[in-house]
Amino acid sequence: MIYSEKVMDHFANPRNVGEIEDADGVGEVGNAKCGDIMKMYIKVNDGVITDVKFKTFGCGAAVATSSIATEMIKGKSIEEALKLTNKAVMEALDGLPPQKIHCSVLAEQAMKAALSDYYRRQGVDPEPIVGKIHECDDCESCH
Amino acid sequence: MEKMHIYADNAATTCVTKNVLDKMLPFFTEFYGNPSSIYKFGRDTQAAVENAREEIASCFGALPKEIYFTAGGSESDNWAIKSTALRLGAKGKKHIITTNFEHHAVLHTCAALEKQGFEVTYLPVDEKGYVTAEQVRNAIRPDTALVTIMYANNEIGTVQPITEIGEVCRENKVLFHTDAVQAAGHVEINVKEQNIDMMSVSGHKIHAPKGVGFLYVRTGVALPPLIDGGAQERGKRAGTENVAGIIGLAEAVKAATRDIPEKAKALTEKRDRLINGLTAIEGSRLNGGLENRLPGNINVSYLGVEGESLLLMLDMKGICASSGSACTSGSLDPSHVLLALGLPHEVAHGSLRLSISEEITDEEVDYILKTVPEIVERIRSMSPLWEHIKKHEDSTDKLRKFVSEIK
Repeated sequence: MIYSEKVMDHFANPRNVGEIEDADGVGEVGNAKCGDIMKMYIKVNDGVITDVKFKTFGCGAAVATSSIATEMIKGKSIEEALKLTNKAVMEALDGLPPQKIHCSVLAEQAMKAALSDYYRRQGVDPEPIVGKIHECDDCESCH
Repeated sequence: MEKMHIYADNAATTCVTKNVLDKMLPFFTEFYGNPSSIYKFGRDTQAAVENAREEIASCFGALPKEIYFTAGGSESDNWAIKSTALRLGAKGKKHIITTNFEHHAVLHTCAALEKQGFEVTYLPVDEKGYVTAEQVRNAIRPDTALVTIMYANNEIGTVQPITEIGEVCRENKVLFHTDAVQAAGHVEINVKEQNIDMMSVSGHKIHAPKGVGFLYVRTGVALPPLIDGGAQERGKRAGTENVAGIIGLAEAVKAATRDIPEKAKALTEKRDRLINGLTAIEGSRLNGGLENRLPGNINVSYLGVEGESLLLMLDMKGICASSGSACTSGSLDPSHVLLALGLPHEVAHGSLRLSISEEITDEEVDYILKTVPEIVERIRSMSPLWEHIKKHEDSTDKLRKFVSEIK
């Protein structure tokens, strides 16, 4: 299995790692049994994602997809961020090995989970805006 | 300390030593005759192959005619199991006994036979990675065709009680095959004294090239060929002999089986220094028992760490190692060996296997002992799982009992 240079760069030097103490939204997806957990923190100001941080337990692709996803939504409006797809994440990394595609799905879901949390804190039902967050109870649903 | 290059994955494969290569080289360009040819140029290579067979046989207490050259461990396993099943299945013996932590060359072969109507008993190993002769005795039935149990496990290095199992099989008149791919050259083996009927060995794990190995088949055990064709290997395994590979294999076997106790003692000291250092990290565990363990095998798990990330980071620091995480196994589940020990997935995902050879220096051991804790700390610092464990969240407490104390 070979990772692209972009994946290795984001794995070796992940961007935006950490936590945001006073985050406006926090989302966590995946589970330890499957071997991937992504946790994303966002700060929102005037409908714009001004800051984003992440923590990931998982393989090289899991770290790289979460890292690049944070880069892709930082500074963007919520509307723009919601357009981010796992496909775009994969393309930005110059592709992923087939068995790692689920990592890009997880990155998209982590971002959406953080946004859902943001809306919930605003007293808004997130589902019509963000969509349903994939509950990761079994690995089969990702793979 | 500057970056090093440390190869600590000798259970995956090994380098061909200079000595082995030197013996092989003339058989590529100079003595390239086909051993089956009638002229002297062919007969000479045949003589070299037969000499290799004698040398290998004597290292394991076997007769030369009991050694059949193959393309390696997987072929030997397939041959021993499938051909025995074919022969004895026809006589109504359609039961096979193995363990639940064999190499896939054995497990998948058994699974293929199950589809053909064979019944397979997978003996469970204990939490330290051992099976007992008593378990084998209790599983033997009148229709048992074969017992196939690995000599030493490839992931956790536990050496099975092969002598005792051989005795039980012989008493019960059941054929006994062992996959000795990880054990040969690391522990002393005598097929006669240990009542082994068939034994698989691979060259590339002991400094011979990839693509060559052998199957020992005791005289008196009828084994139909797996590969049909020419009359090579006394009609049992067709295909022009891998002459250079066979010459290399003999040289490698001789070197590996020389002074095993002395070499094992020295290597075990380095192994134990690594095990002690690597399990001093909080939230870690040694996988597999320490008694009866291959002298070069280290297998530890780190809670909150994912194995593939660990390997990639070790690679960046110049250390080649392996893991039983799902991501490196290419399947959804982590290593079946670690799960067989009763480990939860979360603990199995964070496993690290180092398999060292005698060449490893004290300086390299120090470098590993310094590097692994740094990487584990770095991975944990960005691991939500580790965060949950530290905060006793999400019922992660049940994972703590599998690892050393977490502060």
